[in-house]
Amino acid sequence: MGGVSAIIFIIGIFIFITKEGLPFLLGRFDIVEFFTSPRWRPTSEHNPTYGALALIAGTASVTGLAMLVAVPFSLGAAIYIGEFATGRTREILKVLVELLAAIPSVVWGFIGLSIMNPLIIKLFNVPVGLNVLNAGFILGLMAAPIMTTIAEDALKAVPDTYREAAEALGATRWQVIRRVVIPASKNGLVAAVLLGVGRGFGETMAVLMASGHSINLPTSIFDSVRALTATIAAELGETAVGSDHYRALFTLGIFLFLITFIINLTADLVVRGIRKK
Amino acid sequence: MVGQASQPSAAAPKVEVRDLTIRYGQKVALHDVSLDIRENEIFGIIGPANSGKTSFVRALNRMDLFTPGMRVDGTIRFDGRDIDKWRNVYALRRRIGVVFPLPVGLPMTVYDNVALAPRLNGIRKRAVLDEIVERCLQRAALWDEVKDRLNSLGSLLSGGQQQRLTIARALSQDPDLLLLDEFSIAVDPVTTMRIEDVLKVLKDEITIVLVTNLVQQARRLANRTAFFLMGEMVEVADTEDLFTRKTSDERTQAYVEGRFG
Repeated sequence: MGGVSAIIFIIGIFIFITKEGLPFLLGRFDIVEFFTSPRWRPTSEHNPTYGALALIAGTASVTGLAMLVAVPFSLGAAIYIGEFATGRTREILKVLVELLAAIPSVVWGFIGLSIMNPLIIKLFNVPVGLNVLNAGFILGLMAAPIMTTIAEDALKAVPDTYREAAEALGATRWQVIRRVVIPASKNGLVAAVLLGVGRGFGETMAVLMASGHSINLPTSIFDSVRALTATIAAELGETAVGSDHYRALFTLGIFLFLITFIINLTADLVVRGIRKK
Repeated sequence: MVGQASQPSAAAPKVEVRDLTIRYGQKVALHDVSLDIRENEIFGIIGPANSGKTSFVRALNRMDLFTPGMRVDGTIRFDGRDIDKWRNVYALRRRIGVVFPLPVGLPMTVYDNVALAPRLNGIRKRAVLDEIVERCLQRAALWDEVKDRLNSLGSLLSGGQQQRLTIARALSQDPDLLLLDEFSIAVDPVTTMRIEDVLKVLKDEITIVLVTNLVQQARRLANRTAFFLMGEMVEVADTEDLFTRKTSDERTQAYVEGRFG
């Protein structure tokens, strides 16, 4: 029942956002403009434009930087927790990681605004601290706990007999991890990273607060950007229901939905790849 | 066979075990065992479950290092050197091959399974690796069956093949000592006989410790045999003596004749 209702909800959500976005997609929508123009000016009185390139670039740059932060952190943490920590240390660390995952995103955004922002201004001597660096770092910290948990599960799924067999051959702990454990859990680790990417794409509040929320094609990590999700969150409440602007935002929603769907589907297929072996 | 068993005793033993006691937490798994394993013999260890056989093998390989709660007292000398005093436990393990009860085909190709240990030792040349892989698979009587699919996954081989793959892997760094822990538990009888034939040949080059729950297997293969019971070594003797009532201990006789265990 739970499974069926989940499917019904997902299909329902998809139908709803498609229904709201479709009139725009069929009418005003210009696919070339949407993907190549950085001008998102839906509120312009004479000539509204709906170029999402800057928003896509904003989301992509923030997510990309977040992964640069999160992947080494979370894989390192997973390897430490899964392969080296024992007993109490291990339990405490696991609880801490899960606690990190439970911090609400608005709190992360708050940290971005009130701690990271002045810190970046001071450290790098730039005028604004709300930028790709800030949002990417915050988002990386947010995605890391989930990725750590999934990656650790993947490492734990490697049977101990593999480790013993490799140790009996005279492999050191690191050699065992590098030569046997990581190759054996490769699929799970990839899935962990992909789910982290999906998390990054979908995150709204923290990115809205930490990225500066200005439409920009970023040329450096100190540029402020605006993310797809943040755009929807910030603008939807101020549009007239049924207007082009309103429908354009839903089109962004469809686009986001498709991307996260593809990412999660890929992660799922990769995980299923493990089970087949 | 019996004649051979007493012959190498003039040389220093390959492994000297003195007052070996193994504990897991409070529980004593093996109590006060002393024995010698001679060069180029097959040393059998028989006994019912929970008699400390596997703990003994794990102690020889210093597996206690990574087993929380496992404590080993007493001394084990390998080639005259106390294994506690090896600077580098990995170097010790490279001289000891281990075959576990259940076959472990690592999730990599057949070739990579056998080439793993040489690669860990820094051998990179393909020609050298090819030669090692072929030689080890030959010695484990597996080459003919897998030579055309060296690049398929080792974990996809049948159980008996995987166990021979494990043996080939254990041989891949030319160990002086081969530890077999109930290798035939998950292997069909025909494969068991093939592996036994392999061991008879290997014995000329390396020393073999054969832990087995099959009494007759020890009788077929071992030069000398020790009987472990509930964490004690009841006795150690030439295999033939152990099986022909020349032993002193009634428990051994009862066990080898199948009256318990």
